[in-house]
Amino acid sequence: MSLEPVRDDTLDADGNVDPQAILDLLGDRVLDIEEHMNADIAVVVRPDTVEETLLALRDEAGFDHCSLVTAQEYEDRYESIYHLKQYDDPTNEVSVVVPATKDDPVSQSGNAAYRTCDWHEREAYDLVGIEYENHPDMRRILMPETWQGHPLSMDYDQDRPQVVTLGQHDNPLKDDIRDEENDTMFINIGPHHPATHGVLHVKTVLDGETVANVESDIGYLHRCEEQVCQNGTYRHQIMPYPDRWDYVSAGLLNEWAYARAAEDLADIEVPEYAQVIRTMGAELCRVAAHMLALGTFALDVYGDFTAIFQYAFRDREVVQNILEELTGQRMMFNYFRLGGVAWDLPEPREDFFELTRDFLDGLPGKLEEYHDLITSNEIFQLRCVDTGILEPEVAKSYGATGPVARASGVDYDLRRDDPYGYYDELDWDVVTEDGKDNYARVLTRMQEVEESAKIIKQCVDLLEEWPEEERTIQSNVPRTLKPENDTETYRAVEAAKGELGIYMRADGTDKPARFKIRSPCFSNLQTLPEMAQGEYIPDLIASLGSLDIVLGEVDR
Amino acid sequence: MSSDNTTDGGSTDALTKTREARMGAGLDDRFNSKLREAFGASPFILTKFDKFMNWVRGSSMFMLQFGIACCSIEMIHTYAIKHDLDRFHAGVPRASPRQADVIIVPGTIVSKFAPRMKRVYDQMPEPKFVVGMGSCTISGGPFQEGYNVVKGAEEVIPVDIHVPGCPPRPEALIYGVAKLQERIANGESSPVTVKPYELEQFGDMERDEVVDQLADQIDEDTLAMRYNWADSP
Repeated sequence: MSLEPVRDDTLDADGNVDPQAILDLLGDRVLDIEEHMNADIAVVVRPDTVEETLLALRDEAGFDHCSLVTAQEYEDRYESIYHLKQYDDPTNEVSVVVPATKDDPVSQSGNAAYRTCDWHEREAYDLVGIEYENHPDMRRILMPETWQGHPLSMDYDQDRPQVVTLGQHDNPLKDDIRDEENDTMFINIGPHHPATHGVLHVKTVLDGETVANVESDIGYLHRCEEQVCQNGTYRHQIMPYPDRWDYVSAGLLNEWAYARAAEDLADIEVPEYAQVIRTMGAELCRVAAHMLALGTFALDVYGDFTAIFQYAFRDREVVQNILEELTGQRMMFNYFRLGGVAWDLPEPREDFFELTRDFLDGLPGKLEEYHDLITSNEIFQLRCVDTGILEPEVAKSYGATGPVARASGVDYDLRRDDPYGYYDELDWDVVTEDGKDNYARVLTRMQEVEESAKIIKQCVDLLEEWPEEERTIQSNVPRTLKPENDTETYRAVEAAKGELGIYMRADGTDKPARFKIRSPCFSNLQTLPEMAQGEYIPDLIASLGSLDIVLGEVDR
Repeated sequence: MSSDNTTDGGSTDALTKTREARMGAGLDDRFNSKLREAFGASPFILTKFDKFMNWVRGSSMFMLQFGIACCSIEMIHTYAIKHDLDRFHAGVPRASPRQADVIIVPGTIVSKFAPRMKRVYDQMPEPKFVVGMGSCTISGGPFQEGYNVVKGAEEVIPVDIHVPGCPPRPEALIYGVAKLQERIANGESSPVTVKPYELEQFGDMERDEVVDQLADQIDEDTLAMRYNWADSP
């Protein structure tokens, strides 16, 4: 929790945002008011007042979390939307809508207020084509530098040939170094490298063993997820794709992000029984995802392929077996439906409960084993304690969420703060650590596994007792969903890596007009230079491992 | 090999007798190994060197540690506990392409990554083999219609075995690797495929609208890959 006093001037007595106070605060900067289903108020401002508007909202109204920057093109204009939240209470939401003209799409950068805007605006420039003034580094981020056109803009021709280069990288600091002793070396880590957890490219400049400069180069797995979702119908064609964002078996958590946003948009109720199944499935996924994070981190920091890595995968196999029983798939579940889940628990139910209980019973012993092997290991502590420090204020400025933020003492968990599913009925705790280092991030994940086990156990108990006649797995949802024209919403859930949100705009058809994914890894990865610059190169690898990124989600 | 000469029930009396008749009884014990008995009367194996090399190649495969997307997670599961690909002579993954002879391509290949993958493939020593894992390496899979997605690994490098699935289960990948071993042991070479996307120097590219447009941005010596999206399958 923040130490700053509650800002009474923009919040009402219940701690909710008072729209009128926001309007008073922003004064005549507000051109118009729009309606966003998630936000308390959505204000339209001029492109040249973005910075002061965001600064006012951050400093005077306590909106310290820029969750997402959405860019989109309309028939008559471009638009950037800054989705602002508060770390203390993420249900307090304000959207800042910035239109830009069609022939000169230039808008002021929000970088001065939130550092996370750096990458988000680069992505907006890359995919949609809006340029941001005063941006420190206005380049493409996901597509190759030589790409022609902006893929999500309206006049983009997908059949046009493209040329992509494979160039040599120069040392970015080469010119800065003048004396003989202080020589720097440029080193490419990735995109094919065991420590990058996928196809990430880290451009690193070393001064001796110290990291002088580090820059992540992403986009090696940009699979056009947003375009694919915009081409799919709400009811069935989008749900298979979330599984492939964060693909380390965290599928149900991702599906929930889409389900939550779409159910909000189309006003669909979910039966309580289905919510319990969802909650249980999602937490099983979280356990599987954290196990992978743990195993690969051990592999990163002391090359332990034989013990911890294999143990972690043994436990993942067990979780995957349970999930396969439930959903029929090991990884790409496609189990959620709008308004519920695809089918009920497998028969015989007793066997399923037994399988899950066996896993839960064995888990404390296994976790103790992990603690013996990992957290109480001296080598591990030497590598991790006090390395890769991420200050809470920095984490907030970059929009970091999930275990990365919680290990820096930022008490932010959407399962509790913006409740969905069955979480608010269950007894569990949000894990926070104040170590701020690589060690704290590992510890947070391990404790979260324990909390997840607590949730799964309560869900299993509930499901076992659930009366047979009340087991409704899906509510009545129309075959074709056509949310009203121009309804917009941004909804997020707590995925394995943090806040996974979906922005959707409906245009009256059965497909979304804009589908934007807020990926937690994208924001978390941005903090890497803050952790690694000035540290030793092994600490860079440890920091990267402790961020636990998945490139499918970073690049989408 | 004449291993089918062994008699039923584990008795090798007949073989021993034949050998003694040929070589004389009471010879040194070390000749009486199980292996010798399995080989039958003759202490030699006759085979073609080519065939022997093929058998060796198939039985000792060095995989490249190469992860791209979702499939790489199932690939790790295939290497890891429970499925343990090592049991099938397809050993521990190698981090350097220069030490590897099999590359499993586990995931979607996008425009930015294809030149890099081509480079990694080129760095592997001959003979080299490719297993395409998952639907994305066959056709682009679920992302086939994406503006940035290469429609299958075969657009860039030749592929020996395709393992379908999204992602394939570890069992399926093991089956694919076993099939590859079978092919290698039988001396079948990889199919000749047309690879539309080649890595070439920018200066050598055929001049057209796109190339002309980029001419002032890209150096002549820089390696580049040109994508003809309109002609993609």
